[in-house]
Amino acid sequence: MSPRAAWRLESFGFTRVYDYVAGKLDWMAAGLPTEGTNAERPRAGDVARRDVPTCSLDERLGEVRERAEAAGFDACVVVNDERVVLGLLRKKELEADASLPIEAAMRPGPSTFRPFVPIEEMARFLTHHDLANAPITTSDGRLVGLLRRDDAVRAAERLDAEGADRRENEEP
Amino acid sequence: MPQEIDREEVRRLVDEGAQLVEVLPANEYAEDHLPGALNFPLRRIEAEARDGLDPRRPVIVYCWDSA
Repeated sequence: MSPRAAWRLESFGFTRVYDYVAGKLDWMAAGLPTEGTNAERPRAGDVARRDVPTCSLDERLGEVRERAEAAGFDACVVVNDERVVLGLLRKKELEADASLPIEAAMRPGPSTFRPFVPIEEMARFLTHHDLANAPITTSDGRLVGLLRRDDAVRAAERLDAEGADRRENEEP
Repeated sequence: MPQEIDREEVRRLVDEGAQLVEVLPANEYAEDHLPGALNFPLRRIEAEARDGLDPRRPVIVYCWDSA
């Protein structure tokens, strides 16, 4: 749709017309701000913990576990130098043999979600699939943060309560 | 010929004064749009863009994705 609009504008005499082909999806997937009625509603990227510990493939599980515990997390995201998510260590994986290399201990290729997914949807998904957390990434796979189920459920409940209050106040 | 650009180019051009135009229908624009974007749905772009845009400044158009 945007290429046709760009060409049409040129036909009106606009001389410097650009087409952002990846569009709004790409913008939102990068976790960049938007305006509009949905902008104030919390999304996965707003609630995700950006201070989640990370590790690389060549570390040992013992040192990574210590680092995660010191940071107050029972998870660690495995990333490369570009912060692209390669794997995930949840509580179960972190409890394995301390001498294991991360590559052998991690859960490879975990499901990841984009930052713009509504928090209610994430809370439902994590609860339904009994997942304690999920990495939130940009569309090119870079880590934004780790969304914990407890955080998602709490944010969704708060949103639901605010909606109920608003409806009550609007009633004649 | 319109030039295709990526996200970083969008940010740079907007900082330099480019006008952002979302060409999706008004209801989709109302829910979410890029900061500062105007809404000229494709079907109305002819009627609205001539008066609503400054031809001396760059214009960036976008929709939902490349589809």
